[in-house]
Amino acid sequence: MLKADGVSFAYRAGATLVVNDVSLVIAPGELVGILGPNGSGKTTLLKMLAGTLTPSAGTIQFDRRPLSSWRRRDLARRIALVPQETHAPFDFTVLDIVLMGRFPHLGTFALEGPDDLAIAKQALASTGAWAFEDRPFATLSGGEKQRVVIASALAQSPELLLLDEPTTSLDLGHQLDVQLLLAALNHDRGVTMVLSTHDLNLAAALCRHLILLRAGRVVAQGPTEDVLTPETVRALYGVDADVRRHPVAGHLTVTPLARMP
Amino acid sequence: MPLIRRRLAATLLGFGLLLAAALVTGPLIGSTHISLARVFDGAIPFADNADAQIFFIARLPRVLAAALVGASLAAAGVVFQALLRNPLATPDTLGVSSGAALGAMLAITFHFNFAFAGIASIPLASFVGSIGALGIVYALASARRRGLSTIVLLLAGVTMTAFFQALILFTQYLADFADTFRTVRWLMGTLDVGSYAPILAALPIVLVAFAMLATLPRSLDLISLGTDAAAARGVNVLAAERLALASASLATGAAVSLAGPVGFIGLVVPHLVRLIVGSDHRLVLPASALFGAAFLIACDALARTIWSSGELPVGIVTALIGGPFFLWLLVRK
Repeated sequence: MLKADGVSFAYRAGATLVVNDVSLVIAPGELVGILGPNGSGKTTLLKMLAGTLTPSAGTIQFDRRPLSSWRRRDLARRIALVPQETHAPFDFTVLDIVLMGRFPHLGTFALEGPDDLAIAKQALASTGAWAFEDRPFATLSGGEKQRVVIASALAQSPELLLLDEPTTSLDLGHQLDVQLLLAALNHDRGVTMVLSTHDLNLAAALCRHLILLRAGRVVAQGPTEDVLTPETVRALYGVDADVRRHPVAGHLTVTPLARMP
Repeated sequence: MPLIRRRLAATLLGFGLLLAAALVTGPLIGSTHISLARVFDGAIPFADNADAQIFFIARLPRVLAAALVGASLAAAGVVFQALLRNPLATPDTLGVSSGAALGAMLAITFHFNFAFAGIASIPLASFVGSIGALGIVYALASARRRGLSTIVLLLAGVTMTAFFQALILFTQYLADFADTFRTVRWLMGTLDVGSYAPILAALPIVLVAFAMLATLPRSLDLISLGTDAAAARGVNVLAAERLALASASLATGAAVSLAGPVGFIGLVVPHLVRLIVGSDHRLVLPASALFGAAFLIACDALARTIWSSGELPVGIVTALIGGPFFLWLLVRK
């Protein structure tokens, strides 16, 4: 579905490569996590996969066509991006924000009709955000905002959903809400997902594949069970960690033990 | 919440009626009382109909100029606020109206005489100044990287505004006493256009600007939430930003060259309109244009009548109303 070949990116010509020679393949129905320390290029990589940043080198193909040859609007009907943080400078309501997800499906002067409203309401329902659809977006808590922005992305009716640190700044309850929501969307609706995260346990619980980035380069990628090891955690974060299967949850868990010199 | 179609229809109808009422009432207000029935009394020849002469020759041009300027500045304010993701942005935040003012100052002080296609040299120099200011700010904001940097745009605009103000003072220092008086008066903003000709000169520019703006409101909604998110939703961000900058600057340039820098319209009107229609730019943009037109007509009517010994420049009235009103808006939240 999405295929990157030797993709690199620098914000200015000659500057350090933020993403360096990354190749990856995202198959339909996948749920892929991108892990890496701060500044490892996760967000930049996601933006390139969304087509909002153009790689300095290498190619990305979506549906066997180079991303650069897609019209923005056509691409947005199939790929949606949930940014790390969304700040609304004006008093948009929750429903206003979710309806904006219909943008790529409407012509320049077209206004949303009953069908679009129904899709937006369904997106609100599936993220559990329907209860506050009339509230001003700016007054919501971090967890509520995240659910609304995910609903807005779902209103785009995408096949591929890219999420940039979807659980950062959320409390434990909201983290679990978002985790279960994403798992359900992937399982029930067949939405392919790629998400970046700092939360290794979330990644272990949710993602079937992992891509580990360090300083813009891929350190390892593959099935979560194979890739998430004490060695890779040490390579990524410089932390000695215990990685073991949780007896109840059934997935791998990572417990940091000591900082490596 | 009803569908956007119904909200748009209600918004256009409501604010359209308000503007229509202002357009009819505006020319009736003034130091001499005139009757609408007599103005449109076909039995009296125009040459003998003093009411009709006052209505059509003395007052209607002013009212139409007020409508054009009010609509342009209010719409430009909306666009700059969305584009810069800053509710405090105004048509002058990017230096466009300071550039226009500098152009007018130079034309007055150095007695430019290059009237073109019936447009006098002061408005012409003023319009050129506004476009020049936009050009400089745009070049600065797109120099460092691909795309436009909002923060550089904002900083460059504020710096250019201060710089233009300094150049305006310098120009005034060079001017003689009579010219200084004219420049100061021009800077106060006045709608005393004298005839229909200046309005007809500004009208095509404003119409082009509004035609460009009409394609933008939904993109502005999305851009106000962040450019990456907007791009991922399918907005062609750079094209939309360029179109927004160009159209808002054209509208501002035309308005300032017609009436001088009339302040606060671009700040107060969009905020007031948002209180009524919400934040969707498909409603805010047309409502602000219509309400800005009606609001400036009302301010000008006040400017013409409040002072028994003559007229106040309308820019003083909008500032005296707009300043305290905006502070009230800030505090009430």
